[in-house]
Amino acid sequence: MASTPSVKKIMQPSDKATSGYSKAPMVRPSIPEGKGMRTADELAQATEKISVRDMSFYYSENRALTDISLSIPECCVTAFIGPSGCGKSTFLRCFNRMNDMIEGTRVEGEILLEGQDIYSSRTDIVTLRKRIGMVFQKSTPFPKSIFDNVSFGPKIAGIRKKKELYEIVERSLQRSALWDEVKDRLSESALNLSGGQQHRLCIARALANDPDILLMDEPASALDPASTARIEDLIFELKEQYTIVIVTHNMQQAARVSDQAAFFYQGLLVESGATEELFTNPKKQQTEDYITGRFG
Amino acid sequence: MSSKLDIYTTKRRGRFSNFLFTSVCFLATMTCVLMLFVLIWNLILQGKDWLSWDFVERFPSRFPVKAGIKSALWGSIWLISLTALFSVPLGVGAAVYLEEYAPKSRWRKLIQLNISNLAGVPSIVYGILGLALFVRALALERSVLSGALTLTLVVLPIIILASQEALRSVPDSIRRSAYALGATRWQTVWYQVLPASLPGIMTGVILSLSRALGEAAPLIAVGAMAYVPFVPEKLTDEFTALPIQIFNWTARPQEDFHHLAAAGILVLLIVLVSMNAIAVFVRHKYGKKIRW
Ligand SMILES: Nc1ncnc2c1ncn2[C@@H]1O[C@H](COP(=O)(O)OP(=O)(O)OP(=O)(O)O)[C@@H](O)[C@H]1O
Ligand SMILES: [Mg+2]
Repeated sequence: MASTPSVKKIMQPSDKATSGYSKAPMVRPSIPEGKGMRTADELAQATEKISVRDMSFYYSENRALTDISLSIPECCVTAFIGPSGCGKSTFLRCFNRMNDMIEGTRVEGEILLEGQDIYSSRTDIVTLRKRIGMVFQKSTPFPKSIFDNVSFGPKIAGIRKKKELYEIVERSLQRSALWDEVKDRLSESALNLSGGQQHRLCIARALANDPDILLMDEPASALDPASTARIEDLIFELKEQYTIVIVTHNMQQAARVSDQAAFFYQGLLVESGATEELFTNPKKQQTEDYITGRFG
Repeated sequence: MSSKLDIYTTKRRGRFSNFLFTSVCFLATMTCVLMLFVLIWNLILQGKDWLSWDFVERFPSRFPVKAGIKSALWGSIWLISLTALFSVPLGVGAAVYLEEYAPKSRWRKLIQLNISNLAGVPSIVYGILGLALFVRALALERSVLSGALTLTLVVLPIIILASQEALRSVPDSIRRSAYALGATRWQTVWYQVLPASLPGIMTGVILSLSRALGEAAPLIAVGAMAYVPFVPEKLTDEFTALPIQIFNWTARPQEDFHHLAAAGILVLLIVLVSMNAIAVFVRHKYGKKIRW
């Protein structure tokens, strides 16, 4: 406990003026002015991109999520935090219906994407997944070349011109901070990349589809501090255009990059709100204990 | 001394059992290699004087010095090409359906059980089926087509099982990643799952085709001829095949025909080894890119 740096300390109210992250312990390249964290007011004014209403989720008979209601604002970063096994990944997979593939799963309640029910029988899952990109917790490159990995999404969406594909690949790899390392060996197998590089490749792969919403399950768990910083920069940059949901176990990271945070515990949404609020002034004892590292 | 294990002395423990086990495994391997070596050596001794380009160029004859294997070799090439043409799309298609599309129902289990059992059915049974179905009912007569269709029946279950195994070895995470990028099921299978399982499928296909190449029983059942003095030119032509020709020669009393048989077996082996070489090549070419 004593050895765990207290997040609360990093987020002391006195830091508010500098948005909190100035004291973060990691390598922190400068973030352009005005691109920082959204204030609570801005958050309240943002349009609602995804709205979750009384949603419960079941793996066969096991209820993994219970009565969750949450609003995810457009062009903001929402962070899901909570102890291992509390259902963060499960919840994330509900947004692009990846849970459909697991047999015996069931969803109650509704998730609305811009007012349309994701789980309606009229939903076209392929379109849904093109709009809601996802980066998995475990990186899973295709056993193909780096180029083929990143260009897969655009290719199946119908883009055939080599030049256009190349531009997309370059842009996506640049954004995921991998371009410099791989630009000379795009035709090499993606499986030869290091674990962290593979992870950034998966991020590039999701970006190549140009989604509206990006779901990232622990995007930085396998990365070194410098790459983590670049991914966080990417998140800052992307949120001007995209809606981002990340799952993270790193409280500092959640505090640095997110505008809104949601704390889960055993399938329940314990507390959610503006990140500054949640981290400096949590309403529930459980939340406070978790973010200060007293349990979980 | 403390109770800690001394890194220099502990290696003695289990040394003998280790040695024993290694030797047993080594002996087992050597037995197989030796048997194969003796077999091939024997064949070479018997057949080497008879194996020549002429031998491959001549049709069968009552006179050993004039006899060749041309019609049998071409018959086998016809059979294998046609069998591959029929069995690969059918087998891989069935495997893809069962692995990637079929809902996990009792139906699927039943089909799966049947296929596994069919793979163990003796090939002569397929020969009799071929005789009744292709030769008689479909009136294809004793043609190359009947032979190839019958061999297709023989190898189909094996190709399906091997392809299923190859498809199953592709981790689900690959499928999930493709779906998450908005791929349809068809695109996922076609662009990701099939290419990733291709080396495995190719190996299964080549191995089962090698088996088909060595089959004599089902072909005799559908009426392959022993004496065919011509090369098949169309699907309905009569035919013979390498194993049948070899069998025919070994059954004759004259010593010279046994030498011919040995030469024939050498030809068959050369064809088999080349097919396996292709399998190894394909696995090497595509396989090295794929590590899970
Ligand atoms: N495919 C599955 N089938 C059945 N139960 C599952 C499945 N996946 C997850 N669960 C269960 O659902 C619960 C939530 O799991 P989930 O993966 O969402 O946790 P998480 O919050 O992402 O944990 P972590 O931080 O360790 O990734 C766990 O109790 C887990 O055992
Ligand atoms: Mg998880």
